[in-house]
Amino acid sequence: MRLRLVPKETSWDFFSRSKLWLGISALMMVAAFVSFLIQGLNYGIDFVGGTTIRTESTQPVDVGVYREVLTPLELGDFSITEVTDPRFGPDENVASITIQAQEGDEAVSQDTINSVQEALRGVAPDITFPAIESVGPTVSGELIQAAVIAVLLAIGAVLVYIWLRFEWQFALGAVAALVHDVILTIGVFSELQIRFDLAIIAALLTIVGYSLNDTVVVFDRVRENLRRYKKKPLKEVLNQSINETLSRTVMTSVTTLLALISLYILGGDVIRGFVFAMIWGVIVGTYSSIFVASAMLLWLGVKRDWSKPDDGAPAGTQFATAETKDA
Amino acid sequence: MLQIEPWKRVLIWLTVAAGLLLAMPNLFYPRVEQHNDAMAQIALGLDPATVEGEELWPAWLPSGLVNLGLDLRGGAHLLAEVQVEQVYEARLEAMWPAVRDVLRDERQLFESIRLVETTNEALRVRIGNPEAMPRALELVRGLARPVQTLAGVSGTDLDVRAEGRDVIAVSLSEEEQQATDDRTMAQSLEIVRRRIDEAGTREPTIQRQGGDRILIQVPGVGSAQEVKDLIGTTAQLTFQPVVNRIEGGEAPAPTGSTEVLPSLDEEGVFYILERTPVVTGEQLVDAQPSFNENGQPAVTFRFNPTGARQFGDYTAENIGSLFAIVLDEEVVSAPVIQSHIPGGSGIITGRFTLEESTQLAILLRAGALPAELVFLQEQTIGPDLGEDSIEAGRIACLVAFAAVLIFMALSYGLFGIFANIALIINVALIFGLLSLIGATLTLPGIAGIVLTIGMAVDANVLVFERIREELKTAKGPSRAISLGYEKALSAIVDANITTFITATILFAMGAGPVRGFAITLGLGILTSVFTAIFVTRVLVVMWFEWRRPKTVEV
Repeated sequence: MRLRLVPKETSWDFFSRSKLWLGISALMMVAAFVSFLIQGLNYGIDFVGGTTIRTESTQPVDVGVYREVLTPLELGDFSITEVTDPRFGPDENVASITIQAQEGDEAVSQDTINSVQEALRGVAPDITFPAIESVGPTVSGELIQAAVIAVLLAIGAVLVYIWLRFEWQFALGAVAALVHDVILTIGVFSELQIRFDLAIIAALLTIVGYSLNDTVVVFDRVRENLRRYKKKPLKEVLNQSINETLSRTVMTSVTTLLALISLYILGGDVIRGFVFAMIWGVIVGTYSSIFVASAMLLWLGVKRDWSKPDDGAPAGTQFATAETKDA
Repeated sequence: MLQIEPWKRVLIWLTVAAGLLLAMPNLFYPRVEQHNDAMAQIALGLDPATVEGEELWPAWLPSGLVNLGLDLRGGAHLLAEVQVEQVYEARLEAMWPAVRDVLRDERQLFESIRLVETTNEALRVRIGNPEAMPRALELVRGLARPVQTLAGVSGTDLDVRAEGRDVIAVSLSEEEQQATDDRTMAQSLEIVRRRIDEAGTREPTIQRQGGDRILIQVPGVGSAQEVKDLIGTTAQLTFQPVVNRIEGGEAPAPTGSTEVLPSLDEEGVFYILERTPVVTGEQLVDAQPSFNENGQPAVTFRFNPTGARQFGDYTAENIGSLFAIVLDEEVVSAPVIQSHIPGGSGIITGRFTLEESTQLAILLRAGALPAELVFLQEQTIGPDLGEDSIEAGRIACLVAFAAVLIFMALSYGLFGIFANIALIINVALIFGLLSLIGATLTLPGIAGIVLTIGMAVDANVLVFERIREELKTAKGPSRAISLGYEKALSAIVDANITTFITATILFAMGAGPVRGFAITLGLGILTSVFTAIFVTRVLVVMWFEWRRPKTVEV
């Protein structure tokens, strides 16, 4: 008796509607982009500078009252959100107050923090401030820059690695899937207005890593099958490879999702956004390695004579020939 | 065929055992922590008999622990920028007497010599006779000294140029700025460290970051503000000649060579001071709280030999004039110089309370910060929030673990159990490695571990799925298993190297908690490949040799 998520033998045709899938992906990417342009991201203070204060009190959080006492302080742009978590008891009422840095502020203003604390103590005498974080605009500018560089660098490094290990068509296919995943993730954050901070960049890079992991496994099988079935049309080879690896793809996605979902529910509110990004990324990444990366590969075509180990392998396949002895 | 040489098996199990041993202290965290604290105190020279906790953990066991990040332990994190340019101004200001003296020697030629201004960027001097400019430049250039750097001597410390017809601009050369920055940073780091240590907090991290920044992390303090108070953004002590004292009314505008500073404790009193200090706080060697002859709290201080000479010469020449003690741009007191003070020691009196005089003495003793600190980023995390996060992380980890273990056992049966044993070993190895390299575990780091739990089975899944496929072609179980491992290898390697690349980039580009995530993710990849390729394989081979099954079901 075995639990099987995918039937033992599958021979599904993943490309019969490949135009439709690519169309849907393209449409979603456009939607993500439009949402990003119109709504923008709900940047955390890591990226725009400012102060976040976490409050905790035994009295229920009344956002309206908090807003009322903070408005006279002339803080500029600020937002108050109540934080909820299944682990909180009835005495734990948590809110998060974010104050954006004023223009011209170079550093963190302690006076602002003090005045906010003072005002809130007037509303809820037992209020405590378990976490306060301030980021000055200088640092936030640098953080944005570093984040963008990190994502681009990761995509670039991966492009080069896959190009070396496979062929350029594979590299382009993989990178297309990555860009797809990154754009859709940013789109979701923009659409749902979830706070986008430095941790989300880490999640983005993890998604890049995960999506790639998936794509590479499929591609590895494609490479092997291309060598084995020299005359089969590329579409059939791709289909067969995806079918053969499907069981693994689903297994790994499910175990990863199991772990992430337990973290999402039980891991506390502090990292919930971060975990949400990764859950979304695993789903999108699994989809894209089949419907974007492989479809791109089909569309670009592959040079078919690249795996003749006997008469001098062309450049780029020197690693690949090592595993052919048992084929 | 399906076999592993004995030495390889021994090596694999030894590695696993070492990993488990290194991870073990983390199971007894509070106990080992107390033991380590005790050992640290004994190492500092405390009598072992008076230190508690040493016997809590046997000395022959590894005692390395995973460091908990600030977000898990609670504490304050600050990023400060040292305003290194301020030192340039002080350096250039100090050049003025030398420039004046060297030009004064040929006074007739230059007609007049006047200080225009000193800024971060340059000291500007106007001479009365533009014709004499070349000679003036030559003389001032003669003041330049070679710059000492680690690479030896390179260039001189001053750039001297003419601006317009009659202004000489003296600025620090690029090499000198670099050297000055390095000195300023070293000094600031040292002073910040001493001040925080003086408060006796536990294991603060004080690091230079980039060109001009200092990262300060202090676990266990209540707020970032406390740390800031401790450091004190500036405490610059100077002794400056007084030109005039003004009581009441508006502060007059400063001129080129003077500045106007308010009195610390007298409302509406201003002092016009010569900008160039006679002695600075850097030349202090000691400061103690004491009392003056009237029994009021005061601070006594002593200069180093250079400072003592400068101070002695100045007091000898200026008996009867006023002399200001300036702390952080405020005049603490301005006594009349009663007599020549040759010994290099003195006393600061003001309207201090005993507490203030003690505080001032500490500040002076620790040395003045050479330049102001501006705080770019600060974070306070309460210890309760950290504890909550650890607890939440622990529960999430356990549930994730259980879910994956059950799922794998249901999907792959006996082989799933093998993968599960490998998974448990895997997490232990991550903790072992984290303890070994003294890495810091942060909240995102815990997320990295949970993610690894989910992803680590991937390599095993690849192998098992491959074995299933190979079994279909009916080559016999032993052949199928060994082919499964062999053929899955390239996919495992490629997939993990690409993920490892992203983890490396995250580590290099990220800061703080993100870096913690990158570390656990990266280590998780290494250990999961090791456990999947070697540990499960040894388990499968040992089982196979024991049972010799005719068929296997994966």
